[in-house]
Amino acid sequence: MTASTEATGSVGVAEAPPSGPPRAAAAIRTTGLTKRFPGGQVAVNAIDLEVPRGAVYGFLGPNGSGKTTTIRMLLGLVGSTAGEHELLGDPMPGSAGTVLPRVGALVEGPAFHPYLSGRDNLMRLDSGDRTVPARGAGERVGTALERVGLTAAAGKRYRKYSLGMRQRLGLAAALLRPRELLVLDEPTNGLDPQGTREVRTLLREAAGEGATVFVSSHLLSEIEQVCTDVGVMSHGRLVFQGSLPDLRRAAGLRVRVETSQPALAAEVLARLGTGAPGTRPDGVVAELDGVASDRVTAELVAAGVDVHQLVVERPDLEELFVALTGEGFDVDE
Amino acid sequence: MSTSSTLERPVPMVAAADSAPRRSFALRLFRSELALVLKRRRNIALVAVLCCFPVLIGIAVHHSPTTPGDGPPFLSQVTDNGLFLVFTSLTVLLPFFLPLAVAIASGESIAGEAGIGTLRSLLVVPVSRTRVLLVKYAGTLVFAFMCTLAVAVVGVIVGLILFPHGDATLLSGTTISYGQTLGRAVLVAIYVTVMLAGLAAIGMFVSTLTEVPIGAMAATALLAIISQIADNIPQISGIHPYLLTHPWLSFGDLLRSPIGWHTLQTGILTELAYIAVFMPLAWARLQTKDISS
Repeated sequence: MTASTEATGSVGVAEAPPSGPPRAAAAIRTTGLTKRFPGGQVAVNAIDLEVPRGAVYGFLGPNGSGKTTTIRMLLGLVGSTAGEHELLGDPMPGSAGTVLPRVGALVEGPAFHPYLSGRDNLMRLDSGDRTVPARGAGERVGTALERVGLTAAAGKRYRKYSLGMRQRLGLAAALLRPRELLVLDEPTNGLDPQGTREVRTLLREAAGEGATVFVSSHLLSEIEQVCTDVGVMSHGRLVFQGSLPDLRRAAGLRVRVETSQPALAAEVLARLGTGAPGTRPDGVVAELDGVASDRVTAELVAAGVDVHQLVVERPDLEELFVALTGEGFDVDE
Repeated sequence: MSTSSTLERPVPMVAAADSAPRRSFALRLFRSELALVLKRRRNIALVAVLCCFPVLIGIAVHHSPTTPGDGPPFLSQVTDNGLFLVFTSLTVLLPFFLPLAVAIASGESIAGEAGIGTLRSLLVVPVSRTRVLLVKYAGTLVFAFMCTLAVAVVGVIVGLILFPHGDATLLSGTTISYGQTLGRAVLVAIYVTVMLAGLAAIGMFVSTLTEVPIGAMAATALLAIISQIADNIPQISGIHPYLLTHPWLSFGDLLRSPIGWHTLQTGILTELAYIAVFMPLAWARLQTKDISS
């Protein structure tokens, strides 16, 4: 496991991100957005999303944590039980007719007519958009197909498409015309590593051209490289929101000591007031919890522990992600 | 997966700031819907099956002379004028096969798109829910008309081949020219389509209640059958005039001279009443529905 070694003493949760540009600049904003299903189950619990314009916002959380329901509410597919939300500064779902043409969306995987070709499926969606002239339809569809690398398979029936091709067609639908905001739900689902990379490239390009990208995933590692901001969902709640550096800072430092006397070392660490030390055959690991690392070194040596190596490290984002959302294979209810 | 990707291509993805939305012709989606309905293999097969009936009835009548009064209405007239094959066929098909076709098309409409998830794709385009409903209903009606018209056209052709054609004697005893009779056949096809429009409206409503198209289809077909059974129970004759299927077979009045407009009018009003009730219900249901498929 790779871990960055840190020398700074600043530890703990980072201060709130500087609220720079005016609040009107948000591409997505929700206040107390809640979805309670008729059965009483609360899928999304009073979340306050704030997606700055131009950001690539990673919307993270395990399966069943409320990501897709949130996205459905954002786009007006599902009504909210409480709270408000706006896209590109306009209230939804009231402004759907004027806002959504500027939003490209892929919701919970691609969905197309199986017996129509990829091209015909996109033509159908294009024909529903009353804000674009009919004339350019073929060109728009052709361009979108080319962007996702489906030109060669454009005439094939959708039912013959592989999962990866279907996902690409879904992305092509989102890219049918220039968009100010892309809302993509698990766009890398079913893609091979190369396809995943291509999606990341697409996201970077879109962001490079000034679009805001809101992309959900249950795999932090897949989108970590392209995100500027992240929101983390767990059990319907937004448990973290901020920039990626903020998230990194939220992960506390920890000390890893390699020694042949792990029990003794753990004793020393516990006395110093670190987090509960975890012993391994070759050493011990503990959250620093504000204890200075040089003090740890000095105390260990004073106690006669033969320290082979002492590393102060930050858990990587994956570990932090798991810490935020809970471990295990349990699917949230 | 096709990996011939050309992602490096610089195609602008972000809207130009000044691209003011222009309202383009609203019928584009309707044309797309028509193509979807009319090119669909299942629908083509349905029409093909319906078209077999005029052929079968024609051959049967041609090979076995019937005695007047036997078999379905107009059957005995077929041997006098082939055009009556159209009316016989529609009479045979109207109680079950035509409503079944309409139940399939209308039940499929919303539930089918919801079931495979394409409804959400349309809604985020965005296509308003009202527009989805209207376009789907229009597509269903066109399909109903196609079914009826196909039966009529095949009936005319088979009639021309197997039976005499010329002036026709109407049910009222008047004689009109072949051309005029053709006109009556078109009117009958239109009337039958209007009769099916009421059922289609019910089918649209049922279709908004589920994401399982086959369920919506079955329920709609069942309603048409129940209505016809109720129409045959004399003890409840009081409700007969209000039943969906009650006026369906009145199209015989189009084969009189002068045309019996009064019954036809009542029939059309009955269907319009059903449309006026069930389309708003479908709209209200779809408007508030959570699209979670």
